Amino acid sequence: MTDPAEDVVLSVENLSIDFRLRTHILHAVENVSFELKRGQTLCLVGESGSGKSVTARSLLQIVDRPGSIVGGRILLRNGSAVTDIARLDPDGQAMRAIRGRRIGLIFQEPMSSLSPVHTIGSQIIEAVRLHSDLDKRAARAKTVELLRQVEIPNPDQMADRYTFEFSGGMRQRAMIATALAGNPDILIADEPTTALDVTTQAEILDLIKRLQVERGMAMLLITHDMGIVAEVADDVAVMRFGRIVERGPVDAIYHEAQHPYTRQLLASTVKLTRHVEGRVPAAAASSQPLQPILSVRNLGKTFGWHGKTSSLRAVDDANFDLYPGENLGIVGESGSGKTTLGRLILRTVEPTTGSVIYRDKDGGEVEVTSLTKKELRGFHREVRLVFQDPFASLNPRMTVKDVIGDPLIVNGLAKGKALEERVAELMRLVGLDPMGMERYPHAFSGGQRQRIGIARALALDPRIIIADEATSALDVSIRSQILDLLLDIKKRLNLSFIFISHDISVVRYFCDRVAVMHRGKIVELGEAEQICTAPQEAYTKSLISAVPNPDPRDKRMLHRHRFVAPVL
Amino acid sequence: MLGYIFKRVLYMIPTLFGMSLISFLIIQLPPGDYLTSMIATMSDSGQAVDPAQIERLKEIYGFDDPFYIQYLKWIWGIVSRGDFGHSFEWNQPVSGLIWGRMGSTLVISLLSLLFVWIVALPIGIYSAVRRHSIGDHVFTFFGFIGLAVPNFILALVLMYFAYRYLGQSVGGLNSPEYAEAPWSLAKVGDFLAHLWIPIIIIGASGTAALIRVLRANLTDELHKPYVITARAKGLPEYKVILKYPVRIALNPFVSAIGWVLPHLVSGVTITAIVLNLPTAGPLLFRALVSQDMYLAGSFILLLSALTLVGMLLSDLLLALLDPRIRFN
Repeated sequence: MTDPAEDVVLSVENLSIDFRLRTHILHAVENVSFELKRGQTLCLVGESGSGKSVTARSLLQIVDRPGSIVGGRILLRNGSAVTDIARLDPDGQAMRAIRGRRIGLIFQEPMSSLSPVHTIGSQIIEAVRLHSDLDKRAARAKTVELLRQVEIPNPDQMADRYTFEFSGGMRQRAMIATALAGNPDILIADEPTTALDVTTQAEILDLIKRLQVERGMAMLLITHDMGIVAEVADDVAVMRFGRIVERGPVDAIYHEAQHPYTRQLLASTVKLTRHVEGRVPAAAASSQPLQPILSVRNLGKTFGWHGKTSSLRAVDDANFDLYPGENLGIVGESGSGKTTLGRLILRTVEPTTGSVIYRDKDGGEVEVTSLTKKELRGFHREVRLVFQDPFASLNPRMTVKDVIGDPLIVNGLAKGKALEERVAELMRLVGLDPMGMERYPHAFSGGQRQRIGIARALALDPRIIIADEATSALDVSIRSQILDLLLDIKKRLNLSFIFISHDISVVRYFCDRVAVMHRGKIVELGEAEQICTAPQEAYTKSLISAVPNPDPRDKRMLHRHRFVAPVL
Repeated sequence: MLGYIFKRVLYMIPTLFGMSLISFLIIQLPPGDYLTSMIATMSDSGQAVDPAQIERLKEIYGFDDPFYIQYLKWIWGIVSRGDFGHSFEWNQPVSGLIWGRMGSTLVISLLSLLFVWIVALPIGIYSAVRRHSIGDHVFTFFGFIGLAVPNFILALVLMYFAYRYLGQSVGGLNSPEYAEAPWSLAKVGDFLAHLWIPIIIIGASGTAALIRVLRANLTDELHKPYVITARAKGLPEYKVILKYPVRIALNPFVSAIGWVLPHLVSGVTITAIVLNLPTAGPLLFRALVSQDMYLAGSFILLLSALTLVGMLLSDLLLALLDPRIRFN
């Protein structure tokens, strides 16, 4: 790199970052090199723990202690002048003049990345005034202008609002406005849309892309989602275990990947863009019409008082059947009522109206909504729940044996040696080594913990499993493993699944039929393939077309359907 | 907001009423009354007790009336003409005794609250930001001493120190020569010279507790994403910390307003006795021992009222400080 091209604004050369921990030194980033060019986007891709966020933060020298840059250079170019950021004092004036002014940062949590006790406006005005000599009035005018640029309606009034009055997407827009306040020529976006719904994600990515082109900024976008990479990247760097394993133009990475890890990452993403192969929906396989195992009729839940304007219909008149051996997907964005629907079926939330009919092993019909507390326990034995968060759903003070065996003990089904054998059998079933049963959950990775959660759900030989965002917290390669595991178990144990997810690709891969929820209502219900390729309803169309497509030659998101919700 | 304040004040009335009832009931609970304890004291010292005089006193004080009549008479006196009843022991109206004591109690409360704030805020911030540094360990050490050592022992140590090395007259809030003198500039100076010992003693445990709370809260806040946002804007480090996480970790400081008064009265009575402070604690203690019921009841009622006001103030300040509370 003796003669850097004109448009390179920042080049990172052999950057290494260590974390000095109490017992050892962790090499979080090793020998990382890349360049950011004016008007271009570099995507840094990798799974959790690959060191991509640390790399991004080191560009601003805001890596948390005990991390520190131990080698390499970060060269920031300003015309012919070159500054080595790695040599600047993190608390010094020179470094502060770069933060916000030359390099802006947007990151993941739109819920907590802005202060909850200061107005949006005051936080942006502060950033504006730091890097200019505008007076208060002019800074406010500029802030309102920035809010308008990030497409926040009524920017003048919204400037005086607090973050908790904003939705997730709006907060992320405000965050972008903050990052742009100093007119930076480099924008770092660290997982900017991970916490957002898919349609909001598409809008935010559009916005970032547009602002980048307008202002000619260089962008470093950090993500774990290969779909997003394909939609927005010019160049891609793939990170794993603190190293960049492959780097190149986006088309080459997607179509001529060299490194096996890149290929694996792509394969697990692409795999999820179609339905699992070689399977026939259970209902279609049988010649005679099947009896549904679970029938939901006119199920509804209203929070608050009836008839009041403040009441919320979380679930409104839901109807569907679940057949034996079927995977039914329920998709929707946050607040669509999909989680509530799952809870209504289990009656952990009491339904306001409607009925849930369950057909037990002997073909007898059970009306779930009128079960007594005691009878409900029997129902819960046959219909189990798998949770989203593999970290929060396991008690950290119980061993794996206690966790998996708990339902058996609670129901008085096994103890002592028999319990141990059953737990070992369940662990083998979900692909875990039974030797680990005396260990505590913290000793396991996210994917392994989710397997523990699945083993717990299977302990009582259930017939239906309700999986609520069961794979959302997992990395993409782990995600497809868990889905395959669930499919395998389902086949072996003859289970039926209700699979609740916001992730269309997961649902398409896993489910036979899909129900799409929007504002508490099921707007469309049909075969998974049909919903994902030929949706009928306007809302479903907008939802499906907002899903990033992991192929840079077919950027679907850019010409997606937009759905304007009717005003209620 | 105004509606909220009005509602809160309205709610205070039944609460106060309940408190007065309960405090009066508790004072009546021990067997006997002021007269029986007076008779016991008199016969112990060999004085003759005239039964006729006792009957007369009983009638005057209304000791033979049922509980609720006594209560109603007392509360009616307060509501209708600000008459808190008569102190048997001091043989003068309660209201004459009580206001001076309440005044000094309030002054000492407020000053020790200020002391707690001024000391705890910088130390708490320092301890959180430079966690596990030598300074943090030193402050933590002294903080635990402040928490663990009983206040009155600390008071004795400081009194000894002030007397032995500073040659100061200790105890009370005024030197003997000023005790009965009218307020003058010299008396104010003398007052201030006496004030530092009680304030340090009374503030010590509160300061230590608040430092711990602030350190813990701030440690949680320091790594929140909004702090990184502020840093990434290019703000200087001290501003990043003071403007954002400290602001959010400040809530316990405001809540302290609510508890400092009851703490001063019930928690540090022994200290106040040791230091011979003219605050409410020692007088209330004496009144309870001698079953001087109107004095004790009035104290408890007034302190409850002040505590309620303190709570209201701290709630309002919290709402002012944190919009999340204001909007919910």
